[in-house]
Amino acid sequence: MPVKTVLEAVRDAMREEMRRDSNVFILGEDIGARGGVFLATDGFVEEFGETRIIDTPLAESSIAGIALGASMHGMRPIAEIEFGDFIWPTINQIVGEAAKVRYGTEGKLNAPLVIRAPHGGGVRGGLYHSQSVEAFFSHVPGLKVITPSTPYDAKGLLKSAIRDNDPVVFLEHKRTYRLVRGEVPDEEYTIPIGKADVKRQGDDISVITYGLMVHHCLEAASILENDGVSVEVLDLRTVRPIDEKSVLETAKKTGKVLIVHEDNKSLGIGAEVAAIISESAFEYLDGPITRLAGPEVPAMPFSPPLEEMFMVNTEKILQAIQQLAGY
Amino acid sequence: MKIELPQVGESVTEGVIGKWLKNIGDNVEKFDPLVEVVTDKVNMELPSPVTGTLKEIMVPEGETVPMGAIIAEIEVEGDQDIEEQPDQRTEQTESPSTDIPVGKIGELLKDVSPVGPTGSGGPLNKTNELISSTTEKPVEPQQTTSKRQIYSPAVLRLSEKHQVDLNNIKGTGINGRVTRKDVQNYLQSSILPDNLTVNSTHDESLGEITSEPNGDEQRIPITPIRKIIAANMVKSATLIPQAWGQTEVDVTNLVARRNTLKESFKEREGITLTYLPFVIKAVSESLKEIPLMNSSWGNDSIILKKRIHISIAIAAPDGLVVPVIKDADTLSISGLAKRLNELITKTREGNLAMEDVQGGTFTVNNTGALGTTSSVPLVNYPQAGILTTEAIIKRPVIIDDAIAIRSMMNICLSFDHRIMDGQEATGFNMSVRKKLESISSNTPVY
Repeated sequence: MPVKTVLEAVRDAMREEMRRDSNVFILGEDIGARGGVFLATDGFVEEFGETRIIDTPLAESSIAGIALGASMHGMRPIAEIEFGDFIWPTINQIVGEAAKVRYGTEGKLNAPLVIRAPHGGGVRGGLYHSQSVEAFFSHVPGLKVITPSTPYDAKGLLKSAIRDNDPVVFLEHKRTYRLVRGEVPDEEYTIPIGKADVKRQGDDISVITYGLMVHHCLEAASILENDGVSVEVLDLRTVRPIDEKSVLETAKKTGKVLIVHEDNKSLGIGAEVAAIISESAFEYLDGPITRLAGPEVPAMPFSPPLEEMFMVNTEKILQAIQQLAGY
Repeated sequence: MKIELPQVGESVTEGVIGKWLKNIGDNVEKFDPLVEVVTDKVNMELPSPVTGTLKEIMVPEGETVPMGAIIAEIEVEGDQDIEEQPDQRTEQTESPSTDIPVGKIGELLKDVSPVGPTGSGGPLNKTNELISSTTEKPVEPQQTTSKRQIYSPAVLRLSEKHQVDLNNIKGTGINGRVTRKDVQNYLQSSILPDNLTVNSTHDESLGEITSEPNGDEQRIPITPIRKIIAANMVKSATLIPQAWGQTEVDVTNLVARRNTLKESFKEREGITLTYLPFVIKAVSESLKEIPLMNSSWGNDSIILKKRIHISIAIAAPDGLVVPVIKDADTLSISGLAKRLNELITKTREGNLAMEDVQGGTFTVNNTGALGTTSSVPLVNYPQAGILTTEAIIKRPVIIDDAIAIRSMMNICLSFDHRIMDGQEATGFNMSVRKKLESISSNTPVY
């Protein structure tokens, strides 16, 4: 099976969907001749032309607004927000409008748009290129929020997102873009939205996570295997809606749950996962549901040592697992 | 000084070496363009970080190398130290190899440090002090500092389900907390035949017949109690090398004694007097004479049990259970009858408590009630022996060269051959026989 990076998987997914469905088009900053700031649309304008690969001005609110309008008229736009950090001007279009289209029109209209944005830190991006934005959008009924961790998942989920009839916020962790590679089949496949994936089976403790952190958790799990701690790693993949069934299954199986995310802890995805478990699997718990997450600090620092300190990494996960496993 | 391919562009892992702008032996000024580097994000001229002489070019033009790879060496005058500095990353530049199979989950490339979108991040300097100072204070689950045990919901649920006294379990968790795993381990280790616990994870040892279901078969789901019985039988059959012996007992006097007592006993005590209390009494006394029969195999020693607790096999609605008469040797025939009746009632009603089924040291099974005249029981692990009493049958027997009609009963004994040999085992059977045959119209019931 061919080995690809997350970036290549994203690129393949969009190219295949654009070839399959002429209603799919992409708009965003520098996506045309430049091929996108991360080269996600490299070669696209040559293949699909400027009417389907639309370079926009530096105005995220209009990128999202145009995408929303087009989607309500039968198109399937992919709006690329260059960095998740710049997504805030789109809040009105995405949260205030797109999320409510189907509900507000009693199903007469749909908003089948995808908002793609690279997010996350650990890339020397400093304050304006490192933000985690998933928790904000995950709060909103009417939106779906996807945070893939592997090339295989990224491709399968992005295809599902493009074909979905509701607005989907698709957050690609930029550290995974070129640093994570994995097998992606040539054959056509999709992955259902809202389905978590057990990336590693274990008995003693469950680690529930998503995005880049999946890889750090898997690394910690394989190190701990030598110490006799059997760690199950559940990759949420979709953070809205959360796959409650899979979350409860793993919680009941091991009785101990550590939730790991790069985003800061308060009111994050981990809080929701913890509440789901507490509500429906309380009797199975053998220790406190524990969260390991980013610090309550306004932004990721630019200084390398401080960034290192800010990021959740394998070593921190390792210690958190050991603590909870020993509880 | 070794020159690394610097981090150019965000989330770029490798670059192609373009044209070298200096030749080996050239003098290089700091910031002089040294080499062209091409990535899928930027094309740039790499400036020399130092002043010196270009000593060696490690990567020829057109070759792709990962970020951080050593591409050249510049000799810096009067600064030998820099050259000597070990660079950990030199060895690790191989890591983003594409040869290793990565699977669908993929791999996270290591020791490749991407930089910010402006490309100005600089190399990744691992500041170990900082990392360790932060990781020394990991997330701490609330610690139970008080001596009072706090049980998690999972532990309470398990203990309730299996009727386990948590005080008996040694906790391995933080501050000696009893963890779910501790309870599971306890349940597994205490799955004995005289134990009602259910542990669904313990059935690996049961063996498995796998076949495709077809119309000629019906699959009956295994009940929890069936699972326990199965596990116990496997334990007995696989862990204990068992031998067997049968002895014929003349119980004519026992039958007579019981017949004379039957009516009055029922009237006085309200329960039926069966033969079993007499047998239990005889067995208890014989166990005192042959203590090896009241023991367990302990690998490096034989564990003699000082107290005599007789397990009684009773057919319950959904399978066999083996409740225990504690200190059977201290009870009279009447006491044994009452205790037996209690246990049978509890069994039939499904009200057996944990203490009712624990601690047996020898088992008596009245298989004769079912009509058998001989049976080969499996020892109730980890006990040393099990005795069955078979059906009482009137038969012509030769006594003093005369034929008499006597009530005859076989007793069958299976025993752990590691603990004792035929001599002791047969001695036990003989002892039981002697006691049963010496019952007379004077044998006390109280």
